[in-house]
Amino acid sequence: MIELQDATKRVGNVIHIKPTNLTLQTGHFNVLLGATGSGKTSLIKMMAGLDPIASGKVLMDGQDVTRLNTQKRQISLVHQFFVNYPHMSVFDNIASPLRVAGMAKSEIEGRVEEAADLLQLRPMLHRRPHELSGGQQQRTALARAIAKESRAVFLDEPLANLDYKLREELREQLPDLFAGRGAVVVYATSEPEEALLLGGYTALMEDGRITQFGPTADIYRNPENIAAARVFSDPPINVGRVKVIGAMAQLEGGGRWNVSGMADGDYAVAVRPHRVTPFRTSDADVELTGRVIVTELSGSDSSAHFQHGEDAWVSLAAGVHPYQVGEDHSFYMNPAHCRYFGQDGKRVA
Amino acid sequence: MRTENQKAWFFVLPVLALVAFNALVPMMTVVNYSVQETFGNNQFFWEGLGWFEQILRSDRFQAALGRQFLFTFLILLIEVPLGIIVALSMPRKGFWVPVCLVLMALPMLIPWNVVGSMWNIFTLPKIGLLGYFLNDVLGINYDMTQQPISAWITVIVMDVWHWTSLVVLLCYAGLVSIPDAYYQAAKIDGASPWSVFRYIQLPKMKTVLTIAVLLRFMDSFNIYTEPFVLTGGGPGNSTTLLSIDLVKIALGQFDLGPAAAMSLIYFAITLLVSWVFYTLMTKDDAQ
Repeated sequence: MIELQDATKRVGNVIHIKPTNLTLQTGHFNVLLGATGSGKTSLIKMMAGLDPIASGKVLMDGQDVTRLNTQKRQISLVHQFFVNYPHMSVFDNIASPLRVAGMAKSEIEGRVEEAADLLQLRPMLHRRPHELSGGQQQRTALARAIAKESRAVFLDEPLANLDYKLREELREQLPDLFAGRGAVVVYATSEPEEALLLGGYTALMEDGRITQFGPTADIYRNPENIAAARVFSDPPINVGRVKVIGAMAQLEGGGRWNVSGMADGDYAVAVRPHRVTPFRTSDADVELTGRVIVTELSGSDSSAHFQHGEDAWVSLAAGVHPYQVGEDHSFYMNPAHCRYFGQDGKRVA
Repeated sequence: MRTENQKAWFFVLPVLALVAFNALVPMMTVVNYSVQETFGNNQFFWEGLGWFEQILRSDRFQAALGRQFLFTFLILLIEVPLGIIVALSMPRKGFWVPVCLVLMALPMLIPWNVVGSMWNIFTLPKIGLLGYFLNDVLGINYDMTQQPISAWITVIVMDVWHWTSLVVLLCYAGLVSIPDAYYQAAKIDGASPWSVFRYIQLPKMKTVLTIAVLLRFMDSFNIYTEPFVLTGGGPGNSTTLLSIDLVKIALGQFDLGPAAAMSLIYFAITLLVSWVFYTLMTKDDAQ
C-alpha cells in the first residue's frame, strides 16, 4: 500500500504537484491517466523517492518513507524508453538488483528464469541488450521488475515506444504478469483507451492534481467533473447547456424533461454519444431535432454529427441508419443517462 | 540482362585526386629517397633496403624508439584516467558548466611552440617561477636543463597540462548524453557509485574514449614542437623523442636516405599501434 498525504512537489518556485492525497492498495493495478505534462512522472518519482517532496508525507505499508532512500523502498521502475545495462547479458540485467540485494546464486537463477519464461526471453538470456529488438529490450526491463521482490512497481508509459502490435500484446499480458506478486502496480499513460483496457483503478491527472480516483468503470460511469466526463469518449461526449427552473430542465436548442434534486440555475449536461440514438429506447426519451452535418460508418456502427441549437451533438448507434446530410432528423435520449455539472465544472447530479 | 558501366569511378575521382596530392605524392618522394643515396647535384644511387636495415639496427634509433614508447605510455597512463576523473567531477547542469568548459578548452587553444616557451620560462631554475620556487623555497634540487629526470617530469607535466582537456571534453560529451533514466535505474537497484561508473558510465563513454585514446596516442607518439622548444631533446639525448631525432638526421645532418627510411618506419609503427588499439577497443561490439 502506498499513501500520499498532502504531498506536493515544487521545482524552484513553481508547484508541479499540488497537495495530493492518494491511497493505492497492494495487488491493485492502478493507472495514472493524464496528458503529457500533467504530472504523472512527477508523481511516480515522488512515490519512488527519486525526487524529494516539498511538503506532506509518503507512506508505504503504513510506514513513513518520506525521508527513506529510493534503494531502501524496494521498488521497481520501468521507463518509456528502454533502460538496460548495456554491457551485461539479459540474464545479468535481470539478475542485477537481486545480486545487489545479496541473494543466493541458486535463488537468483530460479527467479531470473521464471521472469524470463513469463516474458518469453529464455532464448535471449545470453544476448546483450543492443542485440535485441525494442520489444525484447522492454521485456527485459519488465522482467527485471518482476524478478525483483518489490513493494511497488512503477511503469511509466512502458509501451509508448513500441510498435502497435507489440503494444497490444504486452498490454494484454501486463495485468496478469504482476497479479499476485504482492506489489502496488502504478501504470502511467496518456491514452484513455489503455486505462479502459487495463481495467483496475484509474487516477485522472490534470495540471498537477488528481481530479478523480476510483475503479476505472466507476470513473467512466460517474465522472465527478466535466473534464473527467470528457476523458473516456470516442467520439467526444456531448456537452449541452440546460436551464433548470422548478423541477424542469430546458435544453438549449430544444428539449425538456423533469429533474429532481437540482437548484434552479444554468448547468452543463453531458451525455455519451451512444446514449443519443435515432430511435426510441424508452418511454422517458426526450426528442432532439437537428440538422445532420456529417455521418460516418465504422464497422457496424453509424454516427451522425448534428447541429442542435448552437451546439454540435453526436449520435452513435448500432446498425446502419439512413441519414440525409443537410436534412433535419430526430434523435432520442433518455435523461437518466444525463450527468449535470455546475459552472465550476463539478458534478451536481 | 545486367548492364555494366564504369561511371561510378567518376564519383570516386575527386577523392582519389585529393588523397593523391596531399598524401600519396608527397609520400612517394619519401619512399623514393628511402631506397637511394645522393651526394647532391641531383645524382642518385640505388641503395635498396639498406637504409631500413641500418636504421632498424642502430642503437640511436632503438633508444629513441624506446624513449618514445615510454613517453606515450606515461602520457596515456596519466591523461586518460585523469581526464575521466575530471569529466566525472564536472557539473552536468547549471551556471558553472560553460565556465568549466571554457577553462578546459583554454590550454588546447594555445599554439604548441608557445606552450613549449611558456613551460621553458616557467621551469628554468633561478629565472622561472616554478624553478625558483622548487629550488629556493622548497629546497628541491630541480633543473630540467641538467637532470634527465627533471626534464622528463617537465615534458610529461607540460603535455598533461596541454592535452588532458581533450580527454576531459570527449568524456564529458559522452557523460552528458547518458539519460537520467539510467541513473534512476541504478539508484532503484541500489548500485554503488563504483557500479554506476563500471556498468553505466564507462560503457556509455566507450566510443568517445576510443577516440580519445587514439587521438592521444597518435598526437603524443608524433610529438615534436613542445619538447623541442622546452628541452631541445636534452639534456644529452634524454628527451630526444623519435621526431626530434628524425629532424636531427634529416635537417641537421642532411642524411636524406636514412631520414626517409626512418620516416616510413615511424609511420608504419604509428599506423600499426593505432590499428591494434582500435581493434582491441571495438572488439566487444563486433561479437
